[in-house]
Formats: sequence, structure tokens, C-alpha cells
Amino acid sequence: MELTGAEILVRSLKEEGVTHLFGYPGGAVLPIYDALYQQEDLKHILVRHEQAATHAADGYARSTGKAGVALVTSGPGATNAVTGIATAFMDSIPMIVITGQVPTNMIGNDAFQEVDSIGITRPCVKHNFLVKDVADLAKTIKKAFYIATTGRPGPVVIDLPKDVTVNKAEFNYPKEVSLRSYNPVVEGHIGQIKRAVTMMLSAKRPIFYTGGGVVLGRGAAELTALAQQLNYPVTNTLMGLGAYPATDKQFLGMLGMHGTYEANMTMHHCDVLIAIGARFDDRVTGNIEKFCPHAKIIHVDIDPSSISKNVKVDVPIVGSVTNVLQEMLAILKEGNKKPDEQALSEWWQQITEWRGVNCLKYDTESDKVKPQQVVEALYRETNGDAYVTSDVGQHQMWAAQYYKFDKPYRWINSGGLGTMGFGLPAAMGVQFAHPDATVACVTGEGSIQMCIQELSTCLQYGLPIKIIALNNRYLGMVRQWQEFFYDGRYAMSYMDALPDFVKLAESYGHVGMRIDNPADVDGAMEEAMKLKDRLVFMDFVTDQEENVYPMIPAGAGLNEMILV
Amino acid sequence: MENEAGALSRVAGLFSARGYNIESLTVAPTEDPSLSRMTVVTSGSEEIIEQITKQLNKLIDVVKLVNLSEDKHIEREMALIKVKAVGEAREEYKRLADIFNGRIIDVTEASYTIELTDSGEKIVEFIAAIKADQIIEIVRSGVSGIARGEKSLHS
Ligand SMILES: Cc1cc2nc3c(=O)[nH]c(=O)nc-3n(C[C@H](O)[C@H](O)[C@H](O)COP(=O)(O)OP(=O)(O)OC[C@H]3O[C@@H](n4cnc5c(N)ncnc54)[C@H](O)[C@@H]3O)c2cc1C
Ligand SMILES: Cc1ncc(C[n+]2csc(CCOP(=O)(O)OP(=O)(O)O)c2C)c(N)n1
Ligand SMILES: [Mg+2]
Repeated sequence: MELTGAEILVRSLKEEGVTHLFGYPGGAVLPIYDALYQQEDLKHILVRHEQAATHAADGYARSTGKAGVALVTSGPGATNAVTGIATAFMDSIPMIVITGQVPTNMIGNDAFQEVDSIGITRPCVKHNFLVKDVADLAKTIKKAFYIATTGRPGPVVIDLPKDVTVNKAEFNYPKEVSLRSYNPVVEGHIGQIKRAVTMMLSAKRPIFYTGGGVVLGRGAAELTALAQQLNYPVTNTLMGLGAYPATDKQFLGMLGMHGTYEANMTMHHCDVLIAIGARFDDRVTGNIEKFCPHAKIIHVDIDPSSISKNVKVDVPIVGSVTNVLQEMLAILKEGNKKPDEQALSEWWQQITEWRGVNCLKYDTESDKVKPQQVVEALYRETNGDAYVTSDVGQHQMWAAQYYKFDKPYRWINSGGLGTMGFGLPAAMGVQFAHPDATVACVTGEGSIQMCIQELSTCLQYGLPIKIIALNNRYLGMVRQWQEFFYDGRYAMSYMDALPDFVKLAESYGHVGMRIDNPADVDGAMEEAMKLKDRLVFMDFVTDQEENVYPMIPAGAGLNEMILV
Repeated sequence: MENEAGALSRVAGLFSARGYNIESLTVAPTEDPSLSRMTVVTSGSEEIIEQITKQLNKLIDVVKLVNLSEDKHIEREMALIKVKAVGEAREEYKRLADIFNGRIIDVTEASYTIELTDSGEKIVEFIAAIKADQIIEIVRSGVSGIARGEKSLHS
């Protein structure tokens, strides 16, 4: 039977197992909305801004490992989606974004609501497609999902001219897809893996430095098994949190600019660095010249271009984390070889000493609400088992430092692009994917205002998200840099004329709470979590000038942290 | 690479977005009409060339990539050079064209257009042999490259 392009799109998405579609209608996508109207399996979520559609799809993807899907109209719909696409791109998140387009015969004519969506998104997608013939549509959707979810994942845009969604074609969803120009390497080179294991076992001062790739590649179990078998210390990047259980004694916390003292010192002094699914970002390495001066480096990554990009490595291994880690475990088992116990015990002694610095200590006697205290209360009250999204700024760092993630997929934040406004819409996507789970959004009074309109979406769909606003009346991360590096000239970092968030939440139909006394933090948190079916906006009036420590200033090495 | 609309702009976009040099770029369909072949001449340190190679390979439209300069290869570029040709210069440019295996393909009373197909280097040498104020205009095609011997992109 022949179907319209819009019907083919809907049927294809179902074939891909898509359950939720985050979107916003407009002229160019009306035929698609008409097709959606006439079916029930695919749930469309109406957001309030296209940026939120992409972040929600992204949150859905980060918390499930499946591709998230967003649908937006041509022109302004597509341009509003760009921030979300770039956010997903920088963090390698599988996502499909369908953008409406003017009819094929009008492309290039400066038609109403026409933009070159393919051109605009080209540098921030894994790939994009303009579908010009309805006969190619099903095949293109199949390719798009395949590309988005395999290898190093990423967003794929499908640009759909209106006539293509109206024209008809026979519908056959392809069972398989193969692209002659795209064959991601999954299996690591066995010779290299053997070399890596030998190097690992020869280490006297080893460390695992693991990142988002372990989460994306579903390798947390293998990583945990390997690290525990060897009894080597582990540190995670901001994107890798949850890839190794944070409460385990071998875990040193996050590394990098706002990483722990013990993680950064262990990195700096290690002799063998085992990097897995991490991309040596500048927030992690600090000054490249001073990075891990004594280390031989092993690097496992599915994307060859991540390897030796910033730091030259000694044993590169291109492959998926699961595959390579399984091979490593097998080789260890076979060879029955053990690490150097003596050296390792001295190494752990040294690490224990660094831990003794207690770099995350903060003033618990203060009469002001400390942001760290709030995150710790959230951790306790949710038994460390919530999905936590965040926005960007100091609050993001405190969430990363003080909420101990034991499982992957629980920590959802924008690391690569650092997109303020991400937290709330991402939380919506997470809550749709996990309707019964506790979803908390740790945010700042600056960031939350960038997508605050989504409170309306949350009411419409009854999303009981807990918003934890660490309200310091400052663009705190900016203020911190101005305090440290611009002699305290706080240019435009004070957030003046703030709304009353309690009333604001209430006017959107939610529950609002303001907490300005440290003694009330635990009680309020408990009360909010009891409101299982309500969105609660918790406005914590925190110590205004609290800073994020430790901090590695620009140009410094990992061993040159500023401590409290 | 795939002979598809947009493939060229993905390559060009990659070079500009990542700040890599493009000295020249040529592209045209191949014996297989679904594929086109592009020769890019670029420069950079070993690390940069390694990144360029990896980044190009990542593009979904790129089917196969070879660094020709790692092995024996042939480079050819065509240039059309229009020069002022009056009086003694007519004989002189004719001789120069012969030395470089160029051909005079268009003649007027006051000008020659010389076609020269050779490596980029030879073309630069030829142009250098002509006095700058005698050149009316030059158009160069950019370099196309191919491996020596039986080796090909397919093998
Ligand atoms: C305000 C702010 C402060 C920040 N401070 C810090 C900080 O202190 N410390 C910190 O760590 N970060 C920090 N970041 C985040 C930082 O900018 C980077 O986003 C982050 O460090 C990158 O993490 P990653 O190396 O794990 O790479 P990701 O971006 O998660 O990349 C994943 C890597 O894994 C690879 N990969 C993907 N799938 C697989 C697979 N299946 N198998 C193998 N490999 C795979 C990819 O190719 C890629 O190379 C901060 C961000 C912000 C906004
Ligand atoms: C869209 C966007 N614009 C600007 C920035 C730069 N920026 C990074 S952190 C920050 C301050 C965030 O303030 P707030 O949300 O109140 O968080 P705080 O740092 O105070 O916890 C700014 C402006 C950004 N990351 N994203
Ligand atoms: Mg703030």
C-alpha cells in the first residue's frame, strides 16, 4: 500500500522503537502533525520552545542509551533547535532531529520560513540528510538511526520538505542497512590490547582515567570488574560519573579543573595512565605541557580522531569499551598475571595521604545555606539513586562533586558545550523515560531562567520533577572567575530583578518552597520528596560568594590546584 | 566519496571549521558515477596531517582516503596563462612554452594563451619565468593526484 511521507515517517519511527517524540508544530510540518493525530502509539510531547524539544530528547537518550527524537518546523523551529543539537554533538549523544523544510520546488527562493537547515547544522551533527524524494524516506530514517546510535554516537538531522511528507510511496522499512563509507571499528586490535595489558601490569603507579565513552558504550560493568581485579585507582571525567561506583573505595572522584585533590595528584604522579572512553579535554588536562609528566599512556576509544589529538599516547586502541575491556579481562585470566603488589601498596599509601587533605570540606557551621550541604541532603534523601540533571555553572560542579553516582545514566549534564538551560528540559526527557523514578534538576537562578517556560510543559504532562535551585543571586561561575582573575570586578554577573520563584512555580500550577536557613534544608528536602506526583521548585537561598574548590587555574598543571 | 550534493561542502566546512589549510582542491565524478574523487593539497605538521586524515575519514560521505604523499605518486595540474605577446616576446614565449612542454592554444596580435599541464611545482617555475608585468591572467585547476604503478584507491 502507498503511504504519504508523513505516514511513512510515523511508521518508521515506530519500527525503530521510538515511544516519545518531543516537538513543536508549524506550517512546514503540518502534514506530519496530521499523521501523528491519527495514531496513538507514538506519544508527542508539546514543549514550549524548540530548544527544549532537543534537550528533552537528549535527556531521554542520556538516561536510556536509546536515541531521543525531536520534531521541529522549518526556519525558526530549526534555528531554535540548533543549541540542543550542538549540545548533543559535543557530548556524543544519539539523537534524531526532524526539521520541516519548505517544499522542494521552493528551496533556495527565500521562501517563507526557509533556512538552510542542512548548512546551519552541518558542523554540529554527526550527519544530516535532506530527503528530496519520498521513495528515499524510509531508507534514510533507517540510516539516520544507524549512524546516530553506532560508533561514536551523535545527533543526526533529517530535513523534510513539506511536499515529501505529502507525496506517496510504497512503505517497506528496511531490515538492515549498510553504508560503504561508514563501518565503525568495534573490536580492538588484539596485539595492541596485549601490549596494553603488559604495560598495565608493569605499572607501579597506575590509574584508570575513564569518561563518557564508558557510559555511552555500556562498559561500566566491565570497567568495574577490571579495576577491582587489579585494585587500581579510578577517576572519572564529568561525563563519566557513574561509570564506576562513586562509593567504592578505589574511586578518587572527578578529575580536572574542579576535580578532587587526590584524583589530580594521582594523575600527575602516575607512571601508567589507562584512558578509556575519555577525550583529554582541556578542562581535564590543564596545561598540556605539564600533563602527566611521568606517564606511559594507553588510550581506548572508538573514534580514532580522539586518540593522540591533544596528548600523544603510547598504546592507542581503537575499539568499543566493552569489547576491549572484555578482551583485557580475558587476557588477564589466561595469563594469570598479577600486578606488582608491593608497589601498589605504596601507591595506595600515597593516595590515602592525598585523600587526607579532604579537599571537599566546607563550612558546616555557617548560618547561611551552603550549596554543598543542599546537594548532600539531596543525595541522602534520594538514597543516591535519583536521576540528576543539571544546568551549567557552580551548581553543576557541586552536584558532580557531592552527589555520589554509583550507576551510569544517572548523571545528566552538558559538559562539552556547557549549555545553560539544559537542565529542566533534559529532566523532562528523563522523567518520560523513567516515569516512576525520582528526577532532580540541580540548577542556578541564572540557568533556570533560560528554559523556565518548560514549567508549563511539566504541568501539562504531570512531570513530578524536583527542581533544586541553588540561588546565589549571581552568575556564580562567572563571578568566581571575576573574583579570582579580574580583581573582583563583577561585570554583569549579578542577577538583579529576580522573580519570586515560589510564586512563579505556583502560577505555573506547581509547588514552590523557599529555604534560607541551613537548619531547614533536610526537612524541606524530605517534604519535597514526599510530594511524589508534584513538581516542586525548591529555591535555596545560598551563600552568595561560595566558590567551587579545588580549582586549577588556566595554564597550571594538575598538581597546581587552588584549595579552599 | 559519495557523489552527493553536500559532500563537497562537508569537506570544505571541515577544513575551515578546524582551521586546516587548503592549498587546492579538485573534485569530479569517477568511472563509477555514484562516486566522485577529490584531491586535496594541504599542509601541516605530522600531528595535524594525522588529525586531518582522521577527521576526513569520519565524514560519512568519505568512502576511502589515501595520503598520496606517503608513497610514489603523480600530481598533475593544468594552468591557462594569458600573456602579453608583442614583438620579441612572441618568439620568447613560444620557446619558453616549448621548453616546458606547454601549448599555445589561443593567439591574438597582442597575446598568447598557453596551456601547461604538469606538477604544481613546474607550473610555479613556468610562471616565475615570465615577467610579472607581462601576465594578463592565470587560471589554475588545482592538483589531481594518482598513485604510481598498479596501486589504486580500490586496492
Ligand atoms: C562549567 C564546566 C566545568 C567543567 N569542569 C570539568 C572538570 O573539572 N572535569 C571534567 O572532567 N570535566 C569538566 N567539564 C566537562 C568538560 O568540558 C568535558 O565535557 C569533559 O571533560 C569530557 O569528558 P570525556 O573526556 O569523558 O569525553 P566525552 O565528551 O564524554 O567523550 C566520550 C569519548 O568516548 C568515546 N566513546 C564513545 N563511545 C565509545 C565506545 N562505545 N567505546 C569507546 N569509546 C567511546 C568518544 O569517541 C569520545 O572520545 C566541565 C564542563 C563545564 C561546563
Ligand atoms: C547559554 C550560555 N550562556 C552563557 C554561558 C556562560 N556561563 C557559564 S556558567 C554561567 C553562570 C551560570 O549562573 P547560574 O545558573 O546562576 O549558576 P551558578 O554558577 O550561579 O551556580 C554563565 C553565564 C553558558 N554556559 N551558557
Ligand atoms: Mg547563580
